[in-house]
Parts: sequence; C-alpha cells; structure tokens
Amino acid sequence: MKPNKLTDRLLSAPYLLWEAIFIIVPLGMVFYYGLTDRFGAFTMENVVAIMGAEHAKALWLSIALSLASTVVCFLLAYPLAMILAHMNVSQHSFIVLIFILPMWMNFLLRTLAWQTLLEKNGVINNILEFLHMPPLAIINTPAAIILGMVYNFLPFMVLPIYNSLVKVDPNVVNAARDLGANEIQTFFKIIFPLTIPGVISGITMVFVPALTTFVISKLLGGSKILLIGNVIEEEFTQAGNWHLGSGLSIVLMVFILFNMVISAIFDKNGEGNML
Amino acid sequence: MIKTTAQKIYVGLIFLFLYAPILTLMMLSFNASRTRAKWGGFSLKWYSALFRNREIMQALWNTLLIAFVASLVAVVIGTIACIAINRMGRRARAVMMGITNIPMLDAEIVTGISLMLLFISFGLKFGLGTILLSHITFCIPYVVLSVMPRIKQVDASVYEAALDLGASPVKAFFKVVFPDILPGVLSGYLMAFTISLDDFIITHFTKGAGVDTLSTKIYTEVKKGIKPEMYALSTIIFVTVLLLLFLVNKTPQEKSKLQN
Repeated sequence: MKPNKLTDRLLSAPYLLWEAIFIIVPLGMVFYYGLTDRFGAFTMENVVAIMGAEHAKALWLSIALSLASTVVCFLLAYPLAMILAHMNVSQHSFIVLIFILPMWMNFLLRTLAWQTLLEKNGVINNILEFLHMPPLAIINTPAAIILGMVYNFLPFMVLPIYNSLVKVDPNVVNAARDLGANEIQTFFKIIFPLTIPGVISGITMVFVPALTTFVISKLLGGSKILLIGNVIEEEFTQAGNWHLGSGLSIVLMVFILFNMVISAIFDKNGEGNML
Repeated sequence: MIKTTAQKIYVGLIFLFLYAPILTLMMLSFNASRTRAKWGGFSLKWYSALFRNREIMQALWNTLLIAFVASLVAVVIGTIACIAINRMGRRARAVMMGITNIPMLDAEIVTGISLMLLFISFGLKFGLGTILLSHITFCIPYVVLSVMPRIKQVDASVYEAALDLGASPVKAFFKVVFPDILPGVLSGYLMAFTISLDDFIITHFTKGAGVDTLSTKIYTEVKKGIKPEMYALSTIIFVTVLLLLFLVNKTPQEKSKLQN
C-alpha cells in the first residue's frame, strides 16, 4: 500500500480519538481524583491511605491470595498445556472448549455454583462422605477464594503456555536428544526456557485480575474477608468517596504497571500473546 | 500406555474442574425445590416461569442488545484501527498497540471506575448508552488482537494491482483485502460478543439505576438468593451455543471429507 499522508490520517483519526477519550482521559481522571481532595487541592492523603491498618491488611491479603492462585494456576496449567500440545488437538476447538464456551454461562453464576459444590452439605462433601473421607470445610475461607481465582483464571495461564509450547521447534528438541540429553534435561534446558515468554504472560494474565477482584471474594469468602478490590468498590458504590477510591486505585496501578514492565522485558516479540 | 492413560485422566480432571459448576447450574435448573441447598425432584417449572418473568426477560434483552451493538461497533473501529496502525511507522505503531492493550491488561475495576468518573464529569446520564460506550472500549482490543495478524499477512502488491487495474481504494479494499481478513474479523466479533455478554465488573460501575443486564441482575440477587429461573435461562443459552458450535464445527469437516 502506497503511503498517502491524508488517507492515513483519516484512517487513524477515529481510533485515535476513541483511545484518547475512553482510555487516556479516564485514566487521567483517576489520577486527578486520587491526587486531590474534595476542594480540588493537591494531596497525597488518598494514596498514603493504603498504609492505614485496614487498607494495608486488605492489600496484603490480596497479594498473598493472588500469588497463591498464580502459583497453583501455573502448576496445573503447564502439564495440561504440554499434554494438549502433544495430543495435536486443533488449536481452535481447544480455545473454544477451555476459554470461550464456559463464558456463555454467566461468570457470577459459575462462581456461585462453587458454593453449592463446597457447602457443608454440598455436592463435594456428599461424595467425600460416601467415600468415607473427612469433609472439606473451605467455604467462606481464603482457600475458597483461591479456588475461585484458579477456577476463573486458569484458562489465562493455559493459553499462552500452550501457544509458546506449540511454537517450540521439534528439531531443537530432537537435537538435544541426539546429543545425549535425557527427557528431564531436555525439558529444563530446552523446552522450559523457550516457553518462558508464555509463562510470564500467563502470570500477568492471572495475577492482575486475581489481585484486583472484588467479586470472587464477595461470592466465596462470605462477607468478612475484604480484599483491596472490595475496599475500592465500596468507596465508589457505597461510601461515595471517589477521591479515596481513586487514590487506592493508583496504588493498584503501580502493581499492574510493574507487572506489565516485567512481562514486556521477557516478551519482547509478543510471543506469549494469548491468542 | 500407562503414561497416555495418566495424561488423559489429568486432562479429564481439569475439564471436570472447569465444567463442574456448569453441570451444577444445569442440575439446579431442573430442581423442583426453590433453594439450591436441597434436591426436590425433577421439574421443568422454572423453564415455564422464566418466560413469564418480565424482569429477567428485560435484562436478557439488554444484555443481548449491548453485546450485539458493542461488538459490531468494536469490529468496525477495530478493523479500521488495524489498517491504520499497520501503515504507521515502527515507533507510532508500538505506542498505538501499547495504548490499545491497556483495557485488556489493566484491572477491570480500574477500567470500570475510570469510565465512571469520565461519564460523571461529562454529565452523561447513566444507562444503556454509558454501558454501550464502555463495552465498545473494552471490546476493541480483542478485535485488534484477532484482526492484526491477518492484516499483516495481506499481500500489499495484490491491493496495488487492484488499484492499477482501476479499482477505487474502497472497492479494492472490499474486493481484495477484506476477504483475506474476514476470518480474523469474524473471530474478533465472536470474541467481543462473548466478552461483552459475560462482563460484570465494568457494567457494574457504568450502569444507571433501574437498568440491568443479566450479570448485574444476578449480582443484586446474590443476597436474596438467585431466582431458579436464572439457572433455566443460563442452561438454555449454554446448550444453544453448544449446539451451534457443534454444528459449525461439524459442517466444514464433512465438506472436506466429501472432497477427498
């Protein structure tokens, strides 16, 4: 296509405008509200509020639970991605089955269904009782929240790992074998390092939504466990203190930005892209 | 042999984990008892009650309307954006892609509150319109994600040949480029539609009082207890999509078999 200054501008104008109005300006407003008080004067108070006992506790709990669920997701997802990559299932039907189809059943209902499964007299405990095994009492505990996070975000970890595994050149693996590496050596020296972009991308895709969720904790954690997402949500919808809510969001954005920078460093070519 | 069996069991267990809640919801839709705590026998009453429930039907209509319009607009803007970005210099392209990915990589709660603050300061009335604008915004990145690879593969010389043979740029685009990128556009549309349909968080912050999608309706019902009609509706939607996907995946394979 021949470069043509005018058509280029006309082509990019609508999208540039959209990006500016609905992405850049709104983020600017979060910063504006977060860094001012009721009277519009500059203040760091709303950001520093994260150090307050309750907020700090919610933030630490969020970090701990999201790290735990990221680790569990990774441990479950890597073997699954390896098996699926070897099975030669069609990539399209795999994405549909693991990622798109479940979304047609509402996300809130799917998460709520875990209540039915996990309850004292729920499905899982009935099965455990039948097998003469001790009952599982994790509903309304942090463990149930981790389970909810893993359930909701596991596909985000599987897809990028799977995509980077499929791209590993079989000749490289064969060369390692020919040169005398056993399976374990081949995995740790060849396959795993080549899939690190996918792993990092998976970690980002799981950690950010887990860190910032307020729904999963509300649905599976009872009403007593507050994550940082719950605190922010309440500031906006109940307390009506947008300044404090925005200030705390700025803190969250620092974590997200940190996460994005790390994934950009490891994944320069966009190899670990989701789809 | 043992290894492949173990692998199959592992895959089976993960799929059980992912689909157990879905099966549970389907079971609940046939439960005669109103509470989800106990099984009161098989019944279809929630299915007939569903169609008499005005509120749920209105929420369903809102949800489908928003998903349909938002993904359509997102596909148009996103596809034009891909063409434009593809013609930019390297640095401009990197900046544009970076900004494009923000709604996808950023936390949904931050996207939600940032749009809420935007609409408040513009003095927009919260309702279907604000939900629609928000959905278009977070759908665009998914469209770009699936259209961009296709645009990159398009052979520029074919487009130029069409121009040389006298086609107008618009005609050349629709006759030559568009058929090539169509699969990407369609999968982008499907993706955007699905994500819009399933969204709760961003809708929660950008909806007005009295306007509900299925997600926000379910959320307000959580405390009182979900109406079983909701399970019936989800089951109908899920089974319909499952059948559609099955049909779509079935036909091309049979065609290619016939050709062979």
